[in-house]
Amino acid sequence: MTDLSSTERLIGQLFGDAARTERHDNLIIGEAPFDGQVLAVLGTVDQTYIGADAALAMARAVLDVMRDHPGRAILIIVDNSGHRLGRWDELVANNGCVAHLTKCLDLARRRGHRVIGLVNELAVSAGFMALGMSTDACYALPQAEVRVMALNAMSRVTKIPLDRLEELCKTSPVLGPGVRNFVRVGALRGVWEDDPAEELRRALADNPGEEDMRQMLALERGGRTQAQAITHMVRAGLEA
Amino acid sequence: MSIARHSFLEATARARLAGILDTGSFREFCGPGARRTSPHLKELGMPVAFDDGVAVGEGRIEGRPVLVAAQEGGFMGGAVGEIHGAKIAGLIERALDTRPDGVVLLLDSGGVRLHEANAGLIGMGEIQRRVFDARHAGIPFIVAIGGRNGCYGGTSIVARSCDWIIGSEQGRLSISGPEVIEAVEGIEEFDAQDKALVWRTMGLKHRRLLKEADYLVADDMAAFREAILSCLGKSRPLDLDALEQEHAALSTRIERFRDCADARDIWSRLGINAPERIPELEADEFNSLIEALEGKAP
Repeated sequence: MTDLSSTERLIGQLFGDAARTERHDNLIIGEAPFDGQVLAVLGTVDQTYIGADAALAMARAVLDVMRDHPGRAILIIVDNSGHRLGRWDELVANNGCVAHLTKCLDLARRRGHRVIGLVNELAVSAGFMALGMSTDACYALPQAEVRVMALNAMSRVTKIPLDRLEELCKTSPVLGPGVRNFVRVGALRGVWEDDPAEELRRALADNPGEEDMRQMLALERGGRTQAQAITHMVRAGLEA
Repeated sequence: MSIARHSFLEATARARLAGILDTGSFREFCGPGARRTSPHLKELGMPVAFDDGVAVGEGRIEGRPVLVAAQEGGFMGGAVGEIHGAKIAGLIERALDTRPDGVVLLLDSGGVRLHEANAGLIGMGEIQRRVFDARHAGIPFIVAIGGRNGCYGGTSIVARSCDWIIGSEQGRLSISGPEVIEAVEGIEEFDAQDKALVWRTMGLKHRRLLKEADYLVADDMAAFREAILSCLGKSRPLDLDALEQEHAALSTRIERFRDCADARDIWSRLGINAPERIPELEADEFNSLIEALEGKAP
């Protein structure tokens, strides 16, 4: 008997023992009945890295849902350390595989599947882009972490001293890791503070529709105060 | 021997636009005159740019209307921050209103700008969402890669979300930068100083051989312009059948090259007799080889 991953425990919390999911390496693929409908469930475990294999395996699962269960809602449980850093993954073009996964998730949205993301432990950079940001609404558990890069690595690359970065992070939502910051910049729709099953029920009922609301949320939440105005300016063809 | 080439690699973003577009046709939106600089870089006490490192606008190629974005690799490595990303997002939204013959993205970027990382990352997601919106509305997206920064990180995912990719052999297209792989996984995994390794793993010749890119051109403005022109008005499908086909191709690739440790192993398996010669081939020789490999009449 192996220890259950946090993703599997979360599936238990959400669906009891009614979930029919299987674990393949660091992926969880399956379905679960919920409030009289069946949801497709797709997740990763143990803060896995998204390499070409994982990206394609998840894309396969999304394509299967589109083909076999038109309209079925898809819950993506996100737990990753970002894309895999390795020579082989670059040789076979991991960026193309990750882009393919995002195309599949995006097409599912457009074909009427609700695609809901939930970061349960960690989402890093391209791993968040590949999974969380391609959904029609992405949420996070309160204890989860979302980041582009850990602060000490960011300090090395930007040559900004770590203590200064830490100071700046106290006020700036655009710089540092953290679920609250990603809520403020509009990348997360919200945090699931309550019972996850109740939160899932609410998320399924709250259909954000076709339009991308993230710039608007970012403005309301003070996380990105300029993005929406700039986008409107360019869309209108204004020179200055 | 070609003469009087106008290098794409050496040019600034605006010089590239001048080289790609019909003379005098470019009209910039939210340009330097608007002085919309990054509030986040200012907060950090860092230099800002009046265009935040990207020029966006409309113009013509052989008289045909296009929307264009050109990243300025000389500013913050072309990295995407809040303003930079929002300009590209707005440009793509405009495509839904004006329906140009193509949206042309001259990408030259290391990815997300770490100094405003969260805003840059969500900006990438917003750009990508809008690319898909516009592609589903039948507007073609054409990416050109041939600058010093290559096309890395989130920008590499955006590039592969578009219809067509054109690049010179100086261009690189990959998700991870060589330095990042070396820093995290060690020099045994990737020696970032080994330029030949970088180019044959991430360079556009390898990407063209894998069919990750569509056209390999010389480092010449006119060659880029001609290749972009040939893509205008041509959309690729993005429906379930198209994604199933893409899936089959990618799955076949990763199995076929599962045991390959170096791009030369892949090239050899593709049927190339002298893989060690690939890096030295001029664009036209390389394209003749591609035609022979892919079974087209030269």
